[in-house]
Amino acid sequence: MIPTPDLSHLKSADFEHVYEPAEDTFILLDALEEDANDLRDLQPRTCLEIGSGSGCVTAFLGSILGSASSLYLTTDINPYACKCTKTTGAQNKVPIEPLLASLASPFRRRLRRSVDILLFNPPYVPTESDEADSAQQHADIAGAWAGGRDGMVLTDILLEQVESLLSPTGRFYLVAVKQNDIKGICQRMLERHGLQGEVALQRRAGREHLFVLRFRRQQPAT
Amino acid sequence: MLLEACSLCYSVLYSSILAVLAGMVRLITHNLLACHAKGCTSNNFPLQFQDAAIELRDAEFNADFLRGFLPRIEWPALVGAARQLGDASLPAEQPEMLDDEFLQKLHHVLLEIHVEEGAMVCPNCKHVYPISNGIPNMLLAEHEIG
Ligand SMILES: C[S@@+](CC[C@H](N)C(=O)[O-])C[C@H]1O[C@@H](n2cnc3c(N)ncnc32)[C@H](O)[C@@H]1O
Ligand SMILES: [Zn+2]
Repeated sequence: MIPTPDLSHLKSADFEHVYEPAEDTFILLDALEEDANDLRDLQPRTCLEIGSGSGCVTAFLGSILGSASSLYLTTDINPYACKCTKTTGAQNKVPIEPLLASLASPFRRRLRRSVDILLFNPPYVPTESDEADSAQQHADIAGAWAGGRDGMVLTDILLEQVESLLSPTGRFYLVAVKQNDIKGICQRMLERHGLQGEVALQRRAGREHLFVLRFRRQQPAT
Repeated sequence: MLLEACSLCYSVLYSSILAVLAGMVRLITHNLLACHAKGCTSNNFPLQFQDAAIELRDAEFNADFLRGFLPRIEWPALVGAARQLGDASLPAEQPEMLDDEFLQKLHHVLLEIHVEEGAMVCPNCKHVYPISNGIPNMLLAEHEIG
């Protein structure tokens, strides 16, 4: 059992600005824990989490892999989230480097096919597109969930970039809900990008049917 | 009044905690960042440090990590950035022999030099990416996004 990261340094005032870990966070932790041995065997050197929020997920990944075994990078558009991610790293003795950035933008040139573990628990809730646009602009707590049409506005952008970011043995974990069209996502990643996707974990939590999808490069035919 | 005083204490306390715990654009990360402003596609790496305030902090040494990460480093950019921050311990050419002495130096330069404040400037379009409390602001305004 890998302990859930210590978040006792974060107060309710922090969670007015930053997404508080919830069922979608925990299903991602559970999927990573199930894959812990596989992930260690890959000897990841570069891990990147997009939309780190409280920093809970990367801190957890750091305790799976070991704090000095990999570089732990995170991005978030919410400055409070970057601060929380930083302190959560310190609290859990994982040196996390948060950057205030959208998706993987500043890394796209230099991390070409170099990310060993890529994580994204995106704003996946279907909303009006205006709502998603304004949440992105204000970079506040609404940006944690407002996902626009089909809840896919942001995820769609990242999906087009995953192939160029993943290292040859890289893994990409994505949190999604049923309304995001799980089959459609997997099919598209395979046909357009040669990335094989599968459901790592799924469960119902209240009104949400949550999924963790795991992608890797297709094994070359032998 | 009381409330105001409290929130003031809180923010002072909070920022001092952050100053102790937080802060780190390390050179390993700097080596992976390029300017991504609209239309800025060549000579956009490495970003140049400006008014950098640095702190040195011990990090756990892991030779396997260093050996595994080295192929992802752009060597001249790393040497240049380290010199900009006053560290000239790395050789201009990346050595072929990764002996312990070299790995120790590499460890220090990549992982123990933290830039807390200052900025990173694009050598091409001169876009300024500020660093505050060790967190770099790589966001672009909407009209700057490519
Ligand atoms: C559902 S929350 C997940 C937070 C955390 N990873 C977790 O699992 O608890 C989504 C996060 O994505 C961030 N986010 C929204 N738009 C983003 C963007 N364009 N780039 C990076 N992060 C973004 C939000 O600020 C929020 O912290
Ligand atoms: Zn530029």
